[in-house]
Amino acid sequence: MNIQNEIKDIVQKNDICLFMKGTPDAPQCGFSMAVANVLKHLNVNFKSINVLENQNLRQGIKDFSDWPTIPQLYIKGEFIGGCDIVKEMFEKGELLNLLKEKSLK
Amino acid sequence: MSLSEKEITNLIKESIPDAIVEIKDLAGDNNHYSATISSKIFNGKSKIEQHKLVYKSLKGKMGNELHAFSFKTVEKKI
Repeated sequence: MNIQNEIKDIVQKNDICLFMKGTPDAPQCGFSMAVANVLKHLNVNFKSINVLENQNLRQGIKDFSDWPTIPQLYIKGEFIGGCDIVKEMFEKGELLNLLKEKSLK
Repeated sequence: MSLSEKEITNLIKESIPDAIVEIKDLAGDNNHYSATISSKIFNGKSKIEQHKLVYKSLKGKMGNELHAFSFKTVEKKI
């Protein structure tokens, strides 16, 4: 399976996916940590994928979403944004509304 | 490798001429910036589309020469 199909599979099989540097409990980048902490704060289950473990994945995810940075958050298969957008949505309550809308909260 | 505030502002304005770019160097190392960019080009677009316009204006430097550039996009009332 090529990397694009692999990514498609992951985002479709997991309601909330966070492609990040490191893991939620051992983040390797401040931006990845910020998004992981937002999800922890909202107390939702999410699948985290450590892109540092797989260089193909690290580049593949950027091609998949046409987005040049990590972290990347996906909800029900849809790309939501990186750190700036997720933080802004969280601060405005939009992220919580979206999660409720998708009955994940 | 890093980019100065001026270079970032010029790059953005090259693609988004009416952009007003307020930028802060967070770490004083020409590599960690926070900015607010307002332009009419964002009006009516989703946040992702707005941010992608900014990334495109940086011509591939985001995530390469430019490591940490966080920014907010703001629609500009006509």
